[in-house]
Amino acid sequence: MGRGQVKVIVLRTAGTNCDAEAAFAFENCGAQVRAVHINQFFDGRSRLHDGHILVIPGGFTYGDDIGSGRILANELRLRLGEDLGRFIGDGKLMLGICNGFQVMVKAGILPGPLDAQPGKGHDSFFPREEPAGAQTATLTDNDSGKFEDRWCHLKTEGKSVWTGGLGDVVYFPVAHAEGKFIPHSRDVLAKLRDNGQVAFRYCNPQGGKPSYPENPNGSVDDIAGITDKTGRILGLMPHPERHFLFTQHPCWTRLSLPAGKAGPNGKHGHGAKIFANGVQYVQKHLL
Amino acid sequence: MIWRVEIKQKAGVFDAAGAGIQKDIVDLGVNSVHRVEVIQIYNIEGSISEEQVTRVCRELFVDGITQEYACCKLNEWRAADLKAAGGRSPLRPIGSLREGPDGQSEPVGRAIEIAHNPGVMDPVEESALKGIRDLGIANVQAVRRARRYLLYGSIPAQELETITNKVLSNKLIQHVVADPSKQKTFLVSNPKEKFELVRVDLLGAADKKLKALSHDRQLFLNFDEMKAIQAHFKELGRNPTDCELETIAQTWSEHCYHKTFRGDIRYKEHGKSKTKLIRNLLKSTIVKATKEINKSWCVSVFHDNAGVIKFDEDTHVCFKVETHNHPSALEPFGGANTGVGGVIRDILGTGLGAKPVCGTDVFCFAPPDMDFAELPAGTLHPKRIMKGVVSGVRDYGNKMGIPTVNGAIVFDKRFVGNPLVYCGNVGLLPKGRVRKKARKGDLIVVVGGKTGRDGIHGATFSSGELTEESEVVSSGAVQIGDPIQEKKVLDALMQARDKNLYTAITDCGAGGLSSAVGEMGSKLGARVDLDKVPLKYQGLNYDEIWISESQERMVLSVPPCNWKALREIFAGENVEAAALGEFTGRKRLELFFKGRQVCDLDMAFLHDGVPKITKEAYWRSPKLGQPRLPKTVDLNVKLREVLSHYNVCSKESVIRQYDHEVQGTSVIKPLVGARCDGPSDASVLAPRLGSNKGIAIANGINVRYGMIDPFWMAASCIDEAVRQIIAVGGDIRQIAILDNFCWGNPDKPDRLGGLVRAAEGCYKAAVSYKVPFISGKDSLYNEYTQNGKSLAIPGTLLISAIGIIKDVTKTVTMDFKNPGNLIYCVGTTYDELGGSIYLDTSGFLGNTVPKVNFQQGNKIFTAVSKAVQSGLVRSLHDCSEGGLGVALAEMAFSGGYGATARLDKVPYRGKDRRNDTVLFSESNSRLIVEVEPRHQKKFERLFRGVACAVMGVVDQTPGLVVYGLNGEVCVHSTLDVLKQAWQRPLQG
Repeated sequence: MGRGQVKVIVLRTAGTNCDAEAAFAFENCGAQVRAVHINQFFDGRSRLHDGHILVIPGGFTYGDDIGSGRILANELRLRLGEDLGRFIGDGKLMLGICNGFQVMVKAGILPGPLDAQPGKGHDSFFPREEPAGAQTATLTDNDSGKFEDRWCHLKTEGKSVWTGGLGDVVYFPVAHAEGKFIPHSRDVLAKLRDNGQVAFRYCNPQGGKPSYPENPNGSVDDIAGITDKTGRILGLMPHPERHFLFTQHPCWTRLSLPAGKAGPNGKHGHGAKIFANGVQYVQKHLL
Repeated sequence: MIWRVEIKQKAGVFDAAGAGIQKDIVDLGVNSVHRVEVIQIYNIEGSISEEQVTRVCRELFVDGITQEYACCKLNEWRAADLKAAGGRSPLRPIGSLREGPDGQSEPVGRAIEIAHNPGVMDPVEESALKGIRDLGIANVQAVRRARRYLLYGSIPAQELETITNKVLSNKLIQHVVADPSKQKTFLVSNPKEKFELVRVDLLGAADKKLKALSHDRQLFLNFDEMKAIQAHFKELGRNPTDCELETIAQTWSEHCYHKTFRGDIRYKEHGKSKTKLIRNLLKSTIVKATKEINKSWCVSVFHDNAGVIKFDEDTHVCFKVETHNHPSALEPFGGANTGVGGVIRDILGTGLGAKPVCGTDVFCFAPPDMDFAELPAGTLHPKRIMKGVVSGVRDYGNKMGIPTVNGAIVFDKRFVGNPLVYCGNVGLLPKGRVRKKARKGDLIVVVGGKTGRDGIHGATFSSGELTEESEVVSSGAVQIGDPIQEKKVLDALMQARDKNLYTAITDCGAGGLSSAVGEMGSKLGARVDLDKVPLKYQGLNYDEIWISESQERMVLSVPPCNWKALREIFAGENVEAAALGEFTGRKRLELFFKGRQVCDLDMAFLHDGVPKITKEAYWRSPKLGQPRLPKTVDLNVKLREVLSHYNVCSKESVIRQYDHEVQGTSVIKPLVGARCDGPSDASVLAPRLGSNKGIAIANGINVRYGMIDPFWMAASCIDEAVRQIIAVGGDIRQIAILDNFCWGNPDKPDRLGGLVRAAEGCYKAAVSYKVPFISGKDSLYNEYTQNGKSLAIPGTLLISAIGIIKDVTKTVTMDFKNPGNLIYCVGTTYDELGGSIYLDTSGFLGNTVPKVNFQQGNKIFTAVSKAVQSGLVRSLHDCSEGGLGVALAEMAFSGGYGATARLDKVPYRGKDRRNDTVLFSESNSRLIVEVEPRHQKKFERLFRGVACAVMGVVDQTPGLVVYGLNGEVCVHSTLDVLKQAWQRPLQG
């Protein structure tokens, strides 16, 4: 990878399956992307350190056997914990989509430390202590009891580097069976809100309070995506990479195709801004 | 030592599994269970300390936020203590337990524990073992799962049994655990006696014995075939080994050899004196059509796993549809699951390996509201079959990350014993990777899953009819898939392909290694050491290893110089790869086990020695009357009934369970319209991210037409599949199709007569439309025998179509877009209510089956394509089941705009001038088109010489108003009412 390039690592393992579209989105925003199998980090052929952005894409890692994302979360925690701690500490970015979000939550990467820890800030953080204490939230079975693929409106909140300029309400698809966000306690929920760590909430088309299926899984307080305290680590159940192109919008044939050619097929979709934000942040702060 | 871990949701946390099961129980008509709680059980076997078990629970098995757990040594678990514990586990939950207020108050009505039968593969157990190793705990030998169901309510014993058999377990793969503590070990061991080579006495067998041999050994070979084998070995002067006999039976099975389609048929039609001799039905209909059409973009047709056509400058696209009927009848989840897995491997094995980009699945079931009393013995209720099949497809497709983009579900009572499950897949293949050829000296390498006793006799089993005993004798034919294993194979394979590390590839499907190696080495000969096959557990016999149909395996031919590099790639993805032997050049199939030869067959005999058979076929048109319905019928009521027909109604609850958008390629989704709930005609995707070149996928199927005349059923299915591609903006010059016949027993002349007629219809329609067949499949013997009486499925033909789309940004959807736009009806409506949904809602079939005017059809499809390409079309929908009435209603409620239409404007030809005929006739080649008034002239110019007329206008008001032939209002309904009628039947 050359100098001055924004380098994105898309983490891959058994059952990862949204890696290509995540890579495409970042590439289209000008980043250099490598899809790296976790084995390559284990045996030292690749280093996390070489990237600016780490993406954990969607899929069914290890079949989501036992619990969604659980086995990959343990691998990250137990086998790559130190490198990951350094990566986060260096102020780099992480993005977890769908299964990637589940992995981050179960590894304790999100929401991360919720309290101000003077002198010990977020940067030195990685949950290496008792894991039950590290996991402060979970993503579990949808209230509908089944896997559902459907489009959802989302209200953006917070000040994450990933979500700037995204607009009040965006439209992304979800495709999961275990997306119901549950914080460990009211206290955790309050802190998420007070710290501005909620990035996306499900809403109705007008931005108001959703009912099922607008909130597709029964998430507490309609939470669809959260960040860590710094806003540099984002995880969300909906798929912004599936609304990167205009023609991915489920009703694009009802909308008028713009004259200008902004994206590879006429125009970008709502999700494109997220990837562009990540790339621009690296260009501005990490290169 | 075995540790037992029990996990359950904390009080107050929603138990999705429990709630789902409770609903299934209510669906059975059992109302005594008002709540179900599910307890997950992991049995961990190995030398592992309590401290380690606790760590495994807290860091791996249990989500501390939503779950609580308990554990103990299994032999200390006391069933006797259950009573004291109120039916719950005697174990006291550990962990941050917060008992809910109702937690312990209500006694459990019944508790029942279900586990997989020994030997049934469970991928979760593999993952659990890996997860435990990741924690640094090395001494665990096995993890075995079970589920304990706590049923609340006062439940009579008889109802418990019903629930156990119909909801909680399938005895083919599962059993009830009476006392868990009795289990001494979970290790699967098959202490086989010493290896002994078995020879079957064929030389001395009399004719009666020969027949018995075929039956008893589940060979499903007919008498002539047994005689041919006997003659062959007489010549050799020795008896065959059991393994040789199995290999021949597999290779010659209907499933693998397609004897009916390739053999001779003496065909006679009722009332005609001449008998026609058809030599090779496939070649004289399907293949012949493709040859005559001779499209330059056909790259590889009929001889590979899938048909291959050109896509863009450097990529081809391939398409295959398979059936997996018999296994799905017995174990719907596993059957459909492995069906999807199998057709994906077909794509992986096409050329030198294509990358799957989407799936399509079509099912035929008995109606979900069928009375239990009507079920033949030994069959599962259609609702359960449907639920299992949909789950099986969902599980495999979603986990592989392949979008399931299109499908259909057909309901008819005659599928009760024999549901049909069609699984299709589309792949992208780089241009230079089409040809493959194993070379002498190449290693035979198997990659992917390990081999177990799964699916022994699958190929031969699906070549016979199902009986009440099927679920007992053929239990080995049922398997559960491991999609993650196959995903790993895919990931590794694409890397190996792009590095050019192998010379040929094929999938391990029906017939296992026997079929894969036999096929790849048919010209060269092969030598295999069966000891080198990676096994799931010890104790497999040589013939079991050879014919096992364990899933997720592919066979490659690898030049020895590439072996190391190939092995490294697969190891990098944690996929097993093993070299079993080599392609020899000796033209023999030579198998060895523990140093001894267990098979030595001449490849020529194996592949060409099947005795030619001649089957008798007889066709006689069924005697059917045309019913006369009262003219006074209220068409508002009828329209709602037709919209609510199971074959017409919304399949949203199924579609949403499939990830239809993974890979980011979807352009026209299966659900479209203002609220994303309208029925798309075909799916469109742009499979190469960043390119606007696309493909459209559609399916045509209609069994009711076939009950009248299979010839016109075939033609109609082709018209429908093509029409649906046209309806999203496809081009008839760029459409290829697949045939897929599911039929009854072809040894019965009447069944075969219908099949011949359907094949002839295929030929006629394909040639007329110049749409070539590129691949196909047949599944015969779809009959269910009960008490000596045979229930055949209606002869069913699925036509799957793939269209190449030049620019996906020009495609269109079926939902009305703007009030004030004109509604055109394109194509002629005839008096063709035969086989229609309309007649079916009154319990009739009729006899005026829809025919196809190919010349008109061609003109229509060409003109519509031009109109779409010129940007003149705002929405477009094909008229199929339910006719104009359904098409208009669907376009209206999907777009959220009403419509006013006049039946007297509809181009119609027929004696019978009746509103219901015009509204519900299912004549072919018709489309409804929405056009902006400013484009009226340009649009009509394209349709000169084609039946085409403005039949109405899109309204702002959300209602459908249809004026009849005499100018009277015959339909007047709000869209909400119509939409509800359409959505309700299969909602959730």
